[in-house]
Amino acid sequence: MSAMNRDKMLVEAIQSGTVVDHIPAGKGLTILGRLQLKNAEVRLTVGLNLPSHGGGLKDLIKIDEWRFTESDAAEMALFAPRATVNIIEDYRVVRKFPIGLPERFVGVFKCPNTNCITHNEPVDTRFSVLAADDAVKLKCHYCERAFADSLFIEQGSL
Amino acid sequence: MSNPLYRRDVISIGDLSRTDLEFIVNRSAELKQSGPLPLLKDRLIASCFFEASTRTRLSFETAVQRLGGTLIGFSDSGNTSAKKGETLSDSIQMIASYADAIIMRHPQEGSARLAAEVAGVPVINGGDGANQHPTQTLLDLVSIAECQGRLDGLSVALVGDLKYGRTVHSLAQALGHFNPTFYFVSPDALVMPAYIEDSLTAMGIRFCRVGSLEEVIPMVDVLYMTRVQKERLDPTEYTHIASQFILKADMLAQARSNLRVMHPLPRVDEIHPSVDRTPFAYYFQQAENGVYARQALLSGVMNEADELSFPGGR
Repeated sequence: MSAMNRDKMLVEAIQSGTVVDHIPAGKGLTILGRLQLKNAEVRLTVGLNLPSHGGGLKDLIKIDEWRFTESDAAEMALFAPRATVNIIEDYRVVRKFPIGLPERFVGVFKCPNTNCITHNEPVDTRFSVLAADDAVKLKCHYCERAFADSLFIEQGSL
Repeated sequence: MSNPLYRRDVISIGDLSRTDLEFIVNRSAELKQSGPLPLLKDRLIASCFFEASTRTRLSFETAVQRLGGTLIGFSDSGNTSAKKGETLSDSIQMIASYADAIIMRHPQEGSARLAAEVAGVPVINGGDGANQHPTQTLLDLVSIAECQGRLDGLSVALVGDLKYGRTVHSLAQALGHFNPTFYFVSPDALVMPAYIEDSLTAMGIRFCRVGSLEEVIPMVDVLYMTRVQKERLDPTEYTHIASQFILKADMLAQARSNLRVMHPLPRVDEIHPSVDRTPFAYYFQQAENGVYARQALLSGVMNEADELSFPGGR
């Protein structure tokens, strides 16, 4: 079996759910962590360092019985902006879309500004996404500071 | 027609349009001319200072009382239920049920925005940590319009700590509506942040960095001085560097006759007292305008009319 066929089989080998494909190699575990935070019971299968179509390596995550919405997918966008999401039903890909940066993140990340009021109050954090050239920044709705995406990628859970 | 500020929260200078800013500048000049009017009669304003700030609080409270309003509130959080662990959201909802508007200052960034979201009455930000202090910028604009007779097309030098100074950031943003030319004068370690320069570029605003005060003085209408804080610079360099950003009267020999020197106060030693006696000094008039700018803001937020009128006549 060629590498490509083996890869295709991995993508389609769940009955229904979501396959997140083309995750940059090394980022799979980060995404896994965030998925488990959202749903600790979810059944996950993970492929790390799989051969990618364009050469190089990728990670891949299969999620049983959970069909991602675009907003579920958007939460992963900072970690794997070029990943694709495949929605599977009856072993077939019924919908495929790229993970895209959303306009805003609500209740997903902590504000890196430790003096931001969101750390002390029962309120969802809100960040608007400022994308210019290759740099992505997130601006806090409350403290109005903008932070490089790397600050969010390094941080743990909310 | 209702005025553009009626029932609005005033949290961040970026929320205010050119029309909003012009309304406040014009209303402020009218109120300075007219003397006290009962524009806040029968209004109860909560003055909530979760962090002490004597100058800002007195200026706001003077504005309320001069317009015939009454006040409740506190001047620091020592005796409030914040000490008992109550959230800001709960405190503000409670206060909003008593008062017609809330003026607040709080040590944490974003607190005023949060308060505005939970309060059913207008919230005016008197400073949220290192983030915003919009009424300082409003009084700066009022003072610039007053001493120059216009806001459009002025040449303005911003001097001192341009990196951390929220006052100069907000002023640059607000003046950006009026097609200024900016000159930035600061130590190398304290230059204007890239994000401010980028936003000015995007707005098509002309600006440049200038190495010394002397060089910039003949070119500008407004010389806006700020303090260079000792702790921001290497101690061994401080004396040498800071001395380059101290304004003395003899340095103003080449100034345009309409140049005015402004400063948010308190000053330490960046404006030598010799400047006080020159016709260029404007920082004390600027401080006085704080009351008129806040009167203008409060009267607009609390009264629908866009003309200066009030129940029962003067």
